[in-house]
Amino acid sequence: MKIPYYPGCTLNTVSKGFDLSARASARSVGFEMEELAQWNCCGATFPLSPDNLIALSAPAKVLANARKGGEELTTLCSVCYNVLKRTNAVMKGDKEKRSVINGFINEEYDGSLSIIHYLEILRDKVGFDKVKAAVKKPLTGLKTGAYYGCMLLRPFEDRGIDDSERPVIFEDMLKAVGAEPVEFPNKIECCGAHLAMSNTGLVTKLSGNVMTSAADNGAEIIVTSCPLCQYNLEQSQTALASATGDYKPMPIIYFTQLLGLALGQPVETLGFEKNVWDAMPLLKKKGLA
Amino acid sequence: MKIRLSGADIDGPRVKHIERVTGEDLKHCYQCGKCSAGCPVSYLMEVPPSRVMRLLQLGRVDDVEAANTMWVCVGCVQCYARCPKGCSVASVLEGMRQIQLRKGTGPTLIKDIPIPFLRKAPQQALVCGFRKFVG
Repeated sequence: MKIPYYPGCTLNTVSKGFDLSARASARSVGFEMEELAQWNCCGATFPLSPDNLIALSAPAKVLANARKGGEELTTLCSVCYNVLKRTNAVMKGDKEKRSVINGFINEEYDGSLSIIHYLEILRDKVGFDKVKAAVKKPLTGLKTGAYYGCMLLRPFEDRGIDDSERPVIFEDMLKAVGAEPVEFPNKIECCGAHLAMSNTGLVTKLSGNVMTSAADNGAEIIVTSCPLCQYNLEQSQTALASATGDYKPMPIIYFTQLLGLALGQPVETLGFEKNVWDAMPLLKKKGLA
Repeated sequence: MKIRLSGADIDGPRVKHIERVTGEDLKHCYQCGKCSAGCPVSYLMEVPPSRVMRLLQLGRVDDVEAANTMWVCVGCVQCYARCPKGCSVASVLEGMRQIQLRKGTGPTLIKDIPIPFLRKAPQQALVCGFRKFVG
């Protein structure tokens, strides 16, 4: 099974470990991610004001190119997923806007692509039972907090990746690889996102709330699917650790890195060295590395 | 607080313009307050999300424009996800931000971006930040 894949800007650079571990894990569970021959940045934000059509031209161009090679498209980054999926809904459902946007990008795209997140492939196409069967190193006893953030979940009018208030897709994946998912109240709360650019204090507070909420509920490690969440959560721990002596920073990694570890990929290929808070001591302590 | 209301403001062109840009019917809001309760950044907003809706219903556009609210909204869309009436305050605030940016009157914060952030941050943060603050 080959599935066309859109990496997006960040996965080819600062989050290369996310991309590589996902591709290798896909092969272990029976599908191939085929990177689009041509792609551009999705714009990293879906315009919330509906008259802002020019902002839809970049993601629409991605979709139009992808449609030439297939009927579906997968992505890993939560923001890319959100932007592509919502843009696709506009292209499919709004004839007038479709015509204007197609005019901008010089294409005739009709919204007939199906946008599926990597987690959805694991759940719906591969099946978590098959993922479980492919596990070589069960992550037994690894207390993992699954941080969804905003963009995987909101605001899909028709059902998105999962229930927007009580999602379980991440936890189900963690159970499949033998880890122990930890419930914590802030798992769907915002990390502060792009305000990291202009308001560090706000991001430190929001991301700090996520981290203390996870820590208070027993998480030892956090997994996420968004490079910006990963960055913000990592940054917030520096401030948390210096503000309160009893806070112990934990590793924040991409879910595919944990998946890859469980599926038997060598730990040195998973890109853990890019993390601010090293995952290796914890993984060694648990006998996983 | 005493405020002076006028029919001309309530049905005025500024409110209509906001409704056109944002795609929202401001009068749908019935002030339950779930948006302000769920908003992760309302603690920093000079005018919280539910009050934005009320002030705009009353034609008090200046009061909303003078507040920091539209520049603090992070666009997580929790307000819309939880609104029983299907209103998106995030869209209203983004539209109002767009109106400022299109006039060239919004703050462009490029010079204030910290250098360590530029070195280490994922590109998506910059792309998104520029979209939100520069237009």
